[in-house]
Amino acid sequence: MRAFQILIDGFAISALYALGATGFTLIFGVSGVLNLSHGAIMVAAAVAAWAAASILGVGTYAGALIGVGVALLTAFLTYFAVVKPIQDSRRIPNEEKEIFVLTGTLLWGIMIQELIAYFFTNNAKTVLPIVEGVVEILGVRTPKNEIFTAIVCCLVIGLLWLLVNRTRTGKAVLAASMNPRGVTLLGLELTNIYIVVWAIYGILAGIAGVLLGMFLGVSSYSVGPLTASAFSIVVLGGLGSVSGSLIAAFVVGYLETLTAYLVSPAYRTIPALLLLVFVMYIRPQGLLGRR
Amino acid sequence: MAGFFTSRLFFVSLALVIIAATLPLYVSGYVLGLLTVAFYFGVFAMAWDLLFGFAGEVNFGPTFLIGVGAYTAGILNAQFGWSVYLCIVLGALASVVAGLVLALPALRVRGPYFGLTTLVAVLMLQNFIVVFADLTGGEIGLTIPDVITIDAGANYWIALGFMTISAAILYGLSQSPVGLVLQASGQDPVQAGALGFNIVKHKLAAFIVSAFFSGLSGALLVFYFGTASVGTVVDVAVGVNVIVSAVLGGRRTVLGAALGAIFLIVAGEFLRPTGELATFIVSAVALLVVLFFPGGFLGAALSREARS
Repeated sequence: MRAFQILIDGFAISALYALGATGFTLIFGVSGVLNLSHGAIMVAAAVAAWAAASILGVGTYAGALIGVGVALLTAFLTYFAVVKPIQDSRRIPNEEKEIFVLTGTLLWGIMIQELIAYFFTNNAKTVLPIVEGVVEILGVRTPKNEIFTAIVCCLVIGLLWLLVNRTRTGKAVLAASMNPRGVTLLGLELTNIYIVVWAIYGILAGIAGVLLGMFLGVSSYSVGPLTASAFSIVVLGGLGSVSGSLIAAFVVGYLETLTAYLVSPAYRTIPALLLLVFVMYIRPQGLLGRR
Repeated sequence: MAGFFTSRLFFVSLALVIIAATLPLYVSGYVLGLLTVAFYFGVFAMAWDLLFGFAGEVNFGPTFLIGVGAYTAGILNAQFGWSVYLCIVLGALASVVAGLVLALPALRVRGPYFGLTTLVAVLMLQNFIVVFADLTGGEIGLTIPDVITIDAGANYWIALGFMTISAAILYGLSQSPVGLVLQASGQDPVQAGALGFNIVKHKLAAFIVSAFFSGLSGALLVFYFGTASVGTVVDVAVGVNVIVSAVLGGRRTVLGAALGAIFLIVAGEFLRPTGELATFIVSAVALLVVLFFPGGFLGAALSREARS
């Protein structure tokens, strides 16, 4: 009974983590950018969906769409206003661009967080779920919303796989992550590929944010922990490896759920952190990462 | 090194310190209290700059070192009643040990991986403090019975003196041959090693020095506040402020980091009437500096001087 509950809850959480981390690792793999405003973009999507549905009253579907749209816009804004200027800057030496992108996106994330807190307060917001009600699975009362979350996550990740492996654009993205210079030599504009990747990232982060808002609720305080969990999942799986992040997301998701159910919710994040430190010592490049 | 004592930077810094030392004679206790905190933050930022700017280690967890020093000093005083000065020294030593712990992964992993390890270290420390609430006061914080002094002026002078001495040592170190080797090993470890320098030894030294000053400053801050809490010395947000200070003031300048910290704290106070938007404005200004003046305040000033 309890085992099934952990199995089901853990799956939904893990699928959500996987969706959130996939976009994050994709950007790193293709353009070497670690986007520390990730959590802020997810929360922005959830709050936009909440505001559209609860304040403007546009309905849950339109609200969710608006949330994803806001995430897409914010992702583009992040790229064009913060990341691209740093990458193109001639005053910042190349070997320091990484830390500048980290600092820049971190500050940008704080700005988004503060704006959300200013306009919509710090209170936790729960987005109205698209599907309501409860079903019994294997004797566990499960909200339909939880199943919906898991299905959407798996579906979106599946679509992403098809996009990357089966379409021309996706193959260009894949090629850029392997060898950017080779791609430019083949006559593809690298900036266009980056724009595509940021668009994919924005949509993924938006969907993950809205689902999170429906499933657990968000507030402007969730920004830091969300970024940190995406960051640790991605590092655990191996920076830039999408399949590694998927595995890591499930490891972390189940580890957290197990701790929360069997030990105490207060210690929820500790085993995952310990595992992370352990993996970094014996295998610094992560589970499936390449050096 | 000898050139420094005749450079404009030296005279400007000397003048600033002298002006700052006379402040208690004519400004209010409120301003002094604000600057006292700002000076301790300045030391945090300078210690961070030594690790990042010179050793090239992206340390996302300056508050791990600060927090260990602060909490060690606080716990020894509050739970065991040891004397203030002993607690401060032991706090700094505990921080050095923490620095060594942090240095172990740094010698194995680089860049973002090391950055994450340091971030995890902070989160672990935070969890540890909450879990062992009996010892540490948990989320509410630890009340410290003793303080160094309650006189605002004396506290201010202690902080100013401490920052000046730390600045002199850290700046001197950064300009010394050791600092240059450190800078070389941060930028190109392979080549620096090929030139015959022991990178591991130099990096360890950088971690120890950075940790020592972070911990000492954290311990002093705790005895100034009379309380140690996660929100003031451990939280990731505090660490972000330290990093932003160093980048704002100008990385790789050491002295700039202190300027950045003072600016950040004072600006935060001036913006208090704007309420919740204060953090937004400070972050926006910091982002603009990062985008348009990547060298920071002091970096921009120094490069202009070098050009003319």
